Amino acid sequence: MKKSSIKSSLINLVVLIIVFGILIVLCEFDILSNYIRGILMVCCISIIMACSQNITVGYLGQIALGGAGFMGIGAYTAAIITKAMASANILVGEGVPDTLRFLIAILAGGILAAIFGVLVGIPALRLRGDYLAIITLGFGEIIRVVIQNLKFLGGKGFSEGSAGQALVGINRISNLYVVFWVMVICVALMYTFIRSKYGRAIIAIRNDDIAASASGLNITFYKVLAFTVSSFFAGVAGGIFAHYIGSLSAGSFGWLKSTEYVIMVVFGGMGSLTGSVIAAIVLTALPEALREFSDYRMLAYSVALIIVMIYRPTGLLGTYEVSVTRLINKILGKKEPSLHAIKAEVEASGTKEEEVVK
Amino acid sequence: MNTPVLEAKHLGITFGGLKAVDDFNITINEGELVGLIGPNGAGKTTVFNLLTGVYQPTEGAFFLNGNKMNGKKMHEVVRAGIARTFQNIRLFKTMTVLENVKIAFEMDFKYKLAHAFFRLPKYWKDEKEIEEKAMDLLKIFNLESKADYIANNLPYGQQRKLEIARALATGMKLLLLDEPAAGMNPTETAELLSCINVIRERFGIAILLIEHDMSLVMKICERIVVIDYGVTIAKGLPKEIAENPKVIAAYLGADDDLEDEEDTKEGA
Ligand SMILES: Nc1ncnc2c1ncn2[C@@H]1O[C@H](COP(=O)(O)OP(=O)(O)O)[C@@H](O)[C@H]1O
Ligand SMILES: [Mg+2]
Repeated sequence: MKKSSIKSSLINLVVLIIVFGILIVLCEFDILSNYIRGILMVCCISIIMACSQNITVGYLGQIALGGAGFMGIGAYTAAIITKAMASANILVGEGVPDTLRFLIAILAGGILAAIFGVLVGIPALRLRGDYLAIITLGFGEIIRVVIQNLKFLGGKGFSEGSAGQALVGINRISNLYVVFWVMVICVALMYTFIRSKYGRAIIAIRNDDIAASASGLNITFYKVLAFTVSSFFAGVAGGIFAHYIGSLSAGSFGWLKSTEYVIMVVFGGMGSLTGSVIAAIVLTALPEALREFSDYRMLAYSVALIIVMIYRPTGLLGTYEVSVTRLINKILGKKEPSLHAIKAEVEASGTKEEEVVK
Repeated sequence: MNTPVLEAKHLGITFGGLKAVDDFNITINEGELVGLIGPNGAGKTTVFNLLTGVYQPTEGAFFLNGNKMNGKKMHEVVRAGIARTFQNIRLFKTMTVLENVKIAFEMDFKYKLAHAFFRLPKYWKDEKEIEEKAMDLLKIFNLESKADYIANNLPYGQQRKLEIARALATGMKLLLLDEPAAGMNPTETAELLSCINVIRERFGIAILLIEHDMSLVMKICERIVVIDYGVTIAKGLPKEIAENPKVIAAYLGADDDLEDEEDTKEGA
């Protein structure tokens, strides 16, 4: 293991513990209202979602718009599991923390979403560009409509032709402290994934899929893998959401929601996880902060997006990652190990249509 | 007798009525360097596309060490042992020089998803070993000092070399080079030639080389195949090819529109 890597992991951990400490103080001394805590919870969910969508949309460079559908699968799965556990008296009662059920449920939500990710990814990823956007959008909507009609999820059955009730009575056992660390772990796992041979392969495919094949990469495998990993984390985010909100209606997992997360990815920089984290926080908090201006807040949101796209067409950070270690080194005046690696913002070659290979 | 590294039999492909390659036959033995030449548009690159699974041949078959390769996908052909470079350089532009090479070591990475997610010891071991191997390859091409550069920021000649290094990383038995000296100045070309000699000595691989520069081909190739309009018009030793009237005619014919050729090359 590299020393520098251990060092920067430790530094990151320290920073996170400090942030967490501040969070505890703010919550325990009732400085944060319930409303603000709610926003923080939604921020954590958005961070996981934005990072997960960044894997397909940013790193792999495939415009997939079904994110919310997988979030929905995770949400309903997790909700059904904790409900079943509660009614069957598994892991409930004295001495068993709610968090245990919560963690099991969100993990299961992620796994089921990942399974559907494979099933949807295999046919969908044969397409690219606009076609992929349309088909994933379609799959997302199919998932939503199916959920809406399934009887055990609150629907009336497919023959009825009208949407049913919301799934209610979900234990609201998302604890902000737990969710904070779940979010940290999710982002860390996505980071290690991207910084492995898998992530490298995915970025290579975005760069040039023919060259990737010519280097021996099975591009179908890596595309489906990226999609699956992204679906897994979307499912986890959904599970957290279900246990925060307490009731689910399929309508909240429509394509509009998917595009919201894709906007976060584009805003933060396609191919930068830290960019997605920042964008998720800003774009979740901004509309809330502007709430008193009621109607104008969505206008401000749009203007913020347009300004970023005009002045930073590759997103806030492009493919750059914010690093605390680097910041500290800079403050201490240390030289960076590799100055050459300054990422030129090379235009990620856009959609390549079928071309003659020369 | 040894089975040849590559054997192509009656290979052909038709694009909507146009026979881009017709009845192409070639045998390449271990360690051989064979040249594939012909005027622009003759079908040379198409032969490479057939041999690497980019296109499936509509006729004929080809064999690597006696194993039939038809129907295999590009990455399967590469894994079997045929690697290539492209006439129009195709690097992973936004990635570093080192990453470009590491990617092509795909077969040597043994760690699995869990190792990557949780950074288990196997992850560190593989990454370190392959980084060393990649640096070794970069050394052959004098690129080791550029390992952290973004590939797109390299000068043209070094991009060409990096592409060859990446192809070598796949651990191939047969290397296909598509106009590696195109656009290079004489110094760069000379350097490239010495690199090719080094990799032949070091790895003992077979090479099939497309090259526009006749003098270069005559200098380094042991045998030459000439195609024109997709048809093989001559085969033999460099000396024989240089004197072959068909070849001279094809090249003289092409000379008339040499300027157009240069234009299309620029545009490509
Ligand atoms: N995918 C394709 N579809 C149609 N025609 C093609 C395709 N690929 C190559 N060709 C044609 O095949 C011929 C040979 O092209 P190419 O192999 O690139 O020539 P060279 O490399 O010898 O200059 C050209 O006429 C080209 O237009
Ligand atoms: Mg060509």
